Amino acid sequence: MGSPHGHKLHFHGHSWLHRLPAHVKLVALVAFMLTVVATPRTWFPVFVGYFLLLFALVAISRVPPTYLAKRMVVEVPFVLFAALLPFVATGPQVEVLGLSLSEQGLLGAWGLLVKGTLGVLASLLLAATTEPRALLAGLERLRMPPLLVQIMGFMIRYLDVVTDELRRMHVARESRGFSARDPRQWPVIAKSAGVLFIRSYERGERVHLAMLSRGYDGRMPQ
Amino acid sequence: MSVPVLDLQGVAFAYPDGHQALHGVDLHVHQGERVALLGPNGAGKTTLVLHLNGILMPGLGSVAVSGLPVTKENLLEVRRRVGIVFQDPDDQLFMGTVREDVAFGPKNLGLRGPELERRVLEALEAVGMVEYADRPPHHLSFGQRRRVAVATVLAMQPEVLVLDEPSSNLDPASRRELADILRSLDVTVLLVTHDLPYALELCPRSVILSDGVVAADGPTADILGDEALMKAHRLELPFGFDPRFASRP
Repeated sequence: MGSPHGHKLHFHGHSWLHRLPAHVKLVALVAFMLTVVATPRTWFPVFVGYFLLLFALVAISRVPPTYLAKRMVVEVPFVLFAALLPFVATGPQVEVLGLSLSEQGLLGAWGLLVKGTLGVLASLLLAATTEPRALLAGLERLRMPPLLVQIMGFMIRYLDVVTDELRRMHVARESRGFSARDPRQWPVIAKSAGVLFIRSYERGERVHLAMLSRGYDGRMPQ
Repeated sequence: MSVPVLDLQGVAFAYPDGHQALHGVDLHVHQGERVALLGPNGAGKTTLVLHLNGILMPGLGSVAVSGLPVTKENLLEVRRRVGIVFQDPDDQLFMGTVREDVAFGPKNLGLRGPELERRVLEALEAVGMVEYADRPPHHLSFGQRRRVAVATVLAMQPEVLVLDEPSSNLDPASRRELADILRSLDVTVLLVTHDLPYALELCPRSVILSDGVVAADGPTADILGDEALMKAHRLELPFGFDPRFASRP
C-alpha cells in the first residue's frame, strides 16, 4: 500500500498553488515553456528572472526544495550531454581553467542546461502541486480528446500495479542468485521485460472483459 | 417451479484453438439460492462463468437469465442481471477512485444524478467501504479491493452475483468478513471456487464441474462427504477438515 495521497511526484498541501485549477496550471506551464524556449540564450538576466519566478512559486507552494531537487535527477543524462558539447563543438576556442573549449559549444551547453532545468523544475512543480486525477480533469476541460484522457487515466491507475509486478519479478530473480552487474546476464533482464509486457497485455484483456461485464459499450459514460 | 435465474441447457464450447472446454453443461439456479460451483483447476469453471453474461457464446446449447436468452441483442440487460466479480480485483477496479469505479456499471445502464449517487452509496454500504469512496483503488488492501469489486457489481442491482474464487489470497479475517457480507445480501449467488470449506460455509447446494460437464449436483455436505466422488474429480478437503463436524452458521 502506498501513501494515502496520490502519487510519488505529488506533494500533499493546501497552498494557493495547490488549489489553483489544474487547467490553469497546465496552460501556464505550456506558456512558460514556450517563452523559455523562445528566449535567446544570450539574454542571461532574463533567465535569472525565470529562475526567480520559479523559486517564488516553489516558496508559495511550500513544497520543500529538497523534495524537488531529488526528483531533478531525471535531468542527469541531458546534463552529461550538455557537458560534452564544449569539447566536441568546433569554431573559435576559449581558455577556461586551462582547458581549450569551443565558444559555440559553451553557449550551446548553457542554453541546453538552463532551458532544460527550467522545464524540469516547472514540470515537477506542477506534478508536486496537482493530483494526477485533477490533471486529467484539467486536460478534459482543455478539450483533450476523451479517448486520450482515458488512456492516460488507465496508465496512472495501472502504473503502480505494473511497477509492483516489476519489483516482485526483481525480488524473485535476485532470490535465485541473479545479479545484473555482469553484462552477460542482461538478456535475462530483456526476457523479464518481455514477460512483463505479455502480462500487462493479458491484464489489459482481463480489464476489458471486466468492463464489458459491467455494460461497457466502447464509450466511457460521461 | 418458477423461472430459474440461471438456466443453462447443453452448453458446449470450444476455444478457437480447438480446445473443447465445455461438453454440454446443464445447470439451473433458482432465485435466492446460494450455489457453489466446484471443480479442479482447468475444469472449465471460468469458461462457464464467461457464458453467463455473454462474453462467450456457446457453440451449442443455450443460456437464459430469468427467462431472457443470452443473445447479442440482450447483452446490456443480461449484464445488468448477472454481476460477475472477477478473481483479481486489480482487473475489475480501473477508475481513479472507488466511487467512480462503483458508478461505472450503473452509468453504463444510463443512471445519472442523485439516483446514481444513491446506488453507489448503497453498494459501498453493503460491503462496508463507504468511508473509502474517494480513495484510489490501488491504495486499498487486497481484502478491501475485493470488497469494492463486489460493490461495483452490486451497484448494478444484479439478480445473480457470480464470484470467481472470492476467497483466494484473502487472510482469514478478510475471508470471514467477505462471507458475512455475502450472507447479508439478498441476492442469488453462484460461488465458483475450489475452497471447499468456504463452499460449505456459504452454499447449501453444490455443483461439481469436471472435464466440461456437471458431474454432481446436490447438498454441499453430502457432496463433500462422498469420498469416492471427490477423489474422482480431483477435489480434496484441507488437512484435518471433516465436513461432518464442521459447524455452520
